[in-house]
Amino acid sequence: MQWRHKDLLDISQLSRDEVLHVFETAQYFREINERPVKKVPTLKGKSVVLFFAEPSTRTKTSFDMAGKRLSADTFSLSKSMSSLQKGETLKDTALTLQAMNPDAIVLRHSVSGAAKFLADRLHCGVLNAGDGRHAHPTQALLDGYTLWEQWKDFAGKTVLILGDIAHSRVARSNLIMLNMLGVKVRFCAPRTLLPPAVRSWPCEVYTSLDEAVRGVDAVMCLRLQLERQQDGLLPDLREYSRLYCLSPRHMELAAPDARVLHPGPMNRGLEISSVIADAPRSLVLDQVASGVAVRMALLFLILTRKEA
Amino acid sequence: MSSPDLIVKNARLRGESVDLLVKDGKVLEVVPAGKAPKDAGETVDAGGLSLLPSLTDVHTHLREPGYEWKEDIATGLAAAAFGGFGNIMCMANTDPVNDKAGVTEMLLDKAATAWPDGPRLFPVGALTVDLKGEALAPMGELADAGCAAFSNDGVPVKSSALFRRAMEYASDFGKVVIDHCEDPYLGVAAGANEGEISGRLGIPAQPDAAEAIQVARDILLAEYLGLPIHLAHISCKKSVELIAWAKQRGVDVTAETCPHYLTLTENELADYDTNAKVNPPLRTEADRRAVLEALESGVIDMLATDHAPHAAHEKEVEFDFAPCGITGLDTALSVTWGLVSKGALSEDAFVRAWTTAPCERFGLPVNRFQPGDPADFLLFDPVEEWTVTPESLRSKSKNTPLLGRPLRGRVVRHFLAGKNIV
Repeated sequence: MQWRHKDLLDISQLSRDEVLHVFETAQYFREINERPVKKVPTLKGKSVVLFFAEPSTRTKTSFDMAGKRLSADTFSLSKSMSSLQKGETLKDTALTLQAMNPDAIVLRHSVSGAAKFLADRLHCGVLNAGDGRHAHPTQALLDGYTLWEQWKDFAGKTVLILGDIAHSRVARSNLIMLNMLGVKVRFCAPRTLLPPAVRSWPCEVYTSLDEAVRGVDAVMCLRLQLERQQDGLLPDLREYSRLYCLSPRHMELAAPDARVLHPGPMNRGLEISSVIADAPRSLVLDQVASGVAVRMALLFLILTRKEA
Repeated sequence: MSSPDLIVKNARLRGESVDLLVKDGKVLEVVPAGKAPKDAGETVDAGGLSLLPSLTDVHTHLREPGYEWKEDIATGLAAAAFGGFGNIMCMANTDPVNDKAGVTEMLLDKAATAWPDGPRLFPVGALTVDLKGEALAPMGELADAGCAAFSNDGVPVKSSALFRRAMEYASDFGKVVIDHCEDPYLGVAAGANEGEISGRLGIPAQPDAAEAIQVARDILLAEYLGLPIHLAHISCKKSVELIAWAKQRGVDVTAETCPHYLTLTENELADYDTNAKVNPPLRTEADRRAVLEALESGVIDMLATDHAPHAAHEKEVEFDFAPCGITGLDTALSVTWGLVSKGALSEDAFVRAWTTAPCERFGLPVNRFQPGDPADFLLFDPVEEWTVTPESLRSKSKNTPLLGRPLRGRVVRHFLAGKNIV
């Protein structure tokens, strides 16, 4: 398949075939990650800037490792290390980086639309590593890939996304991707953590976890940002845990052999019980491993793209 | 009949070919084309162009003092003059705020220097000191200095009790309070309408109820106090329904809306276009239709630009960090005339909304083309096409989502009190 995208900003820009092509490419790179020498010269001479204007450990490390395993040179930049801290605008920071002629910039930013803002102004590829509440396409693709490895066929599957949907870029991107793959999606959260107009979204919406989890093939837990309580969106964390923490009892209501995912970092005991997080049906660590492979695939596809 | 000192020949006034006779800056008479006397001091051949009264904008932000890189009084009045506006009311959210006579006097002095023949500037004084919503501004002093009305525009007054006192106090000076209707407790002033688009984009947003709640408060206070209230930049159906209800009850309420609420919707934000980020936000198609119908029917009395200039570098940032605001003085006439051309708005409603209604409400000079009216008029080409580009705009700032789009209708000449200012 000829890859046609300069940037990866949101899942909605991809077709179903392109999503599956990412999975298949990742499968190939996954094998590299299991070799004793985990490095190939595929992207030798390419340079990738990891520009994380918002804190991140696993996504940044994952991209860094993905680039290095393909022999790309990766350069890290955080908000505190960049001139953004000195009041420079994102536009000027981006143009400065572009003047150094990188092949791609991976951007994590707290504002929705920031990756598009950058992509509209830069010649090099831009990979969205999470922009505000908007999108986290590589997370969705690694989640999808993780499930694809388990299921291969998505027909008839139902996935529950549980937790703070309103503020979650992971939920938004996964909804688009899972719908594209033919998966039925359910959302479950207290009304205060559901997006406005969510009833018009292509998913079933629940506020009761007992009802939402019934018969699902996978549960995707989301991290609860602890400041939501201070924002007045929740009475207290104890009540949230009591009503929305995924426990063994809930998993008994799900389909037999139902899987559990979490993008991390996990608040054990708050949104997911430790027993579930560590259970054999948990794919949390598989997601991390898949993340490197998927990001290798994406860097490969974007950096070796032949312009039309 | 005394002889005119200016004759405008062969103009189209509401479908009729007419000659306009002007004497001492006032309308002397409008006569059928060809019937004007020959002995005028000056004759202008309109060549069949439309004759419109100068427009009045009751809601503009000129940014001086304090933010002159966005706009200053000279450039703002230039945009007004070329955009067809003869009277401008400028809001108080400058730095320093217009809450002292000295600021009002400075505004008037600068306007008189930059544009001695107009457009005329009518400052709006602050309702509360420094717009903080904590203490009443010295409205008597401000009225004496030349303020035409009072408003906390940009910073809604949270306290209903203080807002009540402000309405009462302003009434002592015969001035109307203009309210920026927004319940600040119901979400941040994010520049996006809470709904399907904002949810999908993941941007902070505010529901239409934030506006409507404050509209309801103001209406109930106005009725209770028996005092007038003017509601600024109405954007949604819920507010329209409340205003209609209030008018049926005889409440002394007037309201304005802006060209962008009549022609654009929240869909403009789909690509995170910060030039479409405005407060109140662009709403849904149902809201747009409701506001347009309300303007036609008179439930919404008048149009205003809410001209809010911001420099390019301020808008060329991440969506959350961009300030709210759209410029309007340059484009308002063409945009709203476009609605008339399409039959979506009657010419009567257009003229009422831009001229008689605002001038009657705020006691400003108005031209109805009756003898003795100020000779404030435009020669307007209703079919000339132009494209909105940075170069085509007189405002110092170019922050409009209309950039690159074609508009139809342009001011060819603009006369104020019989003097040609454009």
